[in-house]
Amino acid sequence: MATEELVKVKNLRKHFDVSNGLFRKKSIVKAVDGLDFTVYKGETLGIVGESGCGKSTTGRLLMQLLDKTEGTIEFDGEDMSAWSKKELNKRRKDFQMIFQDPYASLNPRMIVEEIIEEPMVAAGMDKQERKERVTKLLDDVGIPDDYRKRYPHEFSGGQRQRIGIARALALKPKFIVADEPVAALDVSIQAQIINLLVDLQEEYGFTYLFIAHDLSVVQYISDRVGVMYLGKMVEMSESDELYENPLHPYTQALLSSVPVPDVHHNTDRVLLEGEIPSPDNPPSGCPFHPRCPIAKEHCKETMPEFRERNKGHYVACHEV
Amino acid sequence: MNEIWYQFKKNKIALFGLGMTVMFIIFAILAPLIAPYDPYEMSTSDSLAGPSLAHLMGTDQFGRDILSRIIYGTRISLQVGIISVGISLVLGTLIGLVAAYYGRWVDMVLSRFTDVLFSFPDILLALVIMAILGPSLTNLMIAIGIVYTPIFARIARGAVLSIKSSLYIDAAKSMGVSNRKIMWKHILPNSMAPLIVQVTLSFAFAILAEAALSFLGLGVSPDTPSWGIMLSEGKNWMETAWWIAVFPGIAITLAVFSFNVMGDGLRDALDPKLKNESS
Repeated sequence: MATEELVKVKNLRKHFDVSNGLFRKKSIVKAVDGLDFTVYKGETLGIVGESGCGKSTTGRLLMQLLDKTEGTIEFDGEDMSAWSKKELNKRRKDFQMIFQDPYASLNPRMIVEEIIEEPMVAAGMDKQERKERVTKLLDDVGIPDDYRKRYPHEFSGGQRQRIGIARALALKPKFIVADEPVAALDVSIQAQIINLLVDLQEEYGFTYLFIAHDLSVVQYISDRVGVMYLGKMVEMSESDELYENPLHPYTQALLSSVPVPDVHHNTDRVLLEGEIPSPDNPPSGCPFHPRCPIAKEHCKETMPEFRERNKGHYVACHEV
Repeated sequence: MNEIWYQFKKNKIALFGLGMTVMFIIFAILAPLIAPYDPYEMSTSDSLAGPSLAHLMGTDQFGRDILSRIIYGTRISLQVGIISVGISLVLGTLIGLVAAYYGRWVDMVLSRFTDVLFSFPDILLALVIMAILGPSLTNLMIAIGIVYTPIFARIARGAVLSIKSSLYIDAAKSMGVSNRKIMWKHILPNSMAPLIVQVTLSFAFAILAEAALSFLGLGVSPDTPSWGIMLSEGKNWMETAWWIAVFPGIAITLAVFSFNVMGDGLRDALDPKLKNESS
C-alpha cells in the first residue's frame, strides 16, 4: 500500500457557537474536537459514526467549506489555511466533494451539461474542451449522452447521484470527500453507485475519504476505517483488522449491530444504554464512559490517549 | 411552466384578472385606434354632457370625452406601474440579495435601512419624496419605486436566505465558483418565484398610488389624461355630473382588482403550499 501522505490532519477542532439570546449562557457545540489522522495517496479511508458525531463536519472542514476553530490541515504537504482566497479557489480543483443528498445538491434550474461544466468554467477551461470532457464524464458515470440537456428533476435519485459524481470528477481531483453518497438512495441502487465509485477510483487513481454510517458499505469500499464518537476518533485501523478484531467497546457495539444475512446466526449483541450525549455538553473524561460496558472510575476523569495498540491499529481507550 | 399554467387555469377569478390585464394592455397600446375622440380636445358646447350614444361615459366640464380619456389613462397607469415596480424590483432584489448573501454587518445595515423606509406609511413617504423632487411624471415613478423597494428587499432577503443554505450552493463553493457568479447563476434564478408574485401585486398598488398622488395634485400635469386627476377634478362636480368621477373610479378599481387576483392566482400556482397558509 502506498504510504505517501496526501492529507494530514492535526488536532482539528470545530466549535459552533449556538448561544441564543443576549443574556443566555454561552453554549458551544464541539462538533469536531481534536482529530488527528492521515489520508494516504490512493487509499480509501472510511469514517463511520452515528449522526451528530462530527463526520460530515470533518468532510466540510477538509473541503474548506467551514473554517476550522483550531488545528491544521495539510494538503499535499501544504497548510491549507496559509492559502489566500484566490489561491484556495485555484487549488480547489484538486479536492472535490460528493454530497449526500442528490436531490438538494444539484441546482434545479440548470441542465445536466451546465451542472457538470460548472467546475470547468470556474477553472477557466475553454468551451470545446469542456464539451468533450462532459461527454467523457457522462460515459464514465453511465448517463446516456443525449440526456445532457435535461434538468435534474427528470432523473431518478441514483442517476442524480451519478451526475453529482461526474461533477466531482470534472477537474480530475486528487482527493474526493464522499459524504454519505448512498445514504439517500434505495438499497438496490446503493450497490450500483458503490461499484461505480470503486471503478472510477481504479480508472482515475484518486483518494477517497468515505463518510458513512453504514458499516457494511464502509467495509466493502475502504482500505482503512476510522470510527468517530462525539467529535473524536476512537479507533482507526486497516479495514479487515477493524472488522475482525475491534478493540474499542463502541466499535464492538457498532459491529454487533450489523445484521448478518443468515437465519441461524446468533450474534452476541452488545447493546448500548442511553442516548448519544449532546455535543454541547459532553461528558468528562472519555466521552463514551456513560454508555460504556467496561468503564472504570478513571474513565470519568481522564481522556484516553489515541495510541497505537497493534501495528497500524489506533484506539482511544484506557481498558484495552 | 406547463404545470404552473395548469394550476393557474383552475383559478377562474385569477383567469379573469389575467383577461382584464391583457385588455388594459391592448387599450394602452392601441389607444389612438380605440378611443372615439381626442382626449385633449375641448368642446364648450358639449361640456358636462351625461352618458349618451355620442359620449358613452359623458364629458367633463371642458367637454372632453371621458371614455377617450380613460382609454388614454391606461397608458399612464401602465407606464407608472411598469417603471416604478421595475425600480423597486431591481433595487429591492439587489439590496435583499446582498444583505442575505453576505450576512453579518452588511445585512444589519441594509435591513435596518429598509426597516426605516418600511416604517413610514406608503403615501406619506411618497409625498415627502415628491416634495423633495418636485411634481412630474418621472419623479412620481421614482417616488413610488422607492416606496415599494423595502417590500422587495424583504422578500428577496427571505428567499435568498433559504436558498443560500442549499447543498448546491455548497457544491458551487467547493468547486471554486466566485461569489458573484453564485449569486447570479444559483441564488437569483431560484428565488424569483415570490418576487414575480410581488411584482403583480405591487403593480396594483403602484397604479393606486399614482391615482392618489395625482388626486392630491402631486402627480402629472392637470391636463394629462390620468385616472387620478380625472377623479380629482370629478369630485368637484359630483352633485351635477357624477359620471366624471365615477367612471375613472371604476377603471382604477377594476385595474387594481385584476392585478391583485392575478397575483394571488400566480402565487397559488407557483407555490401550492402557500395557499392554505395565507387564506
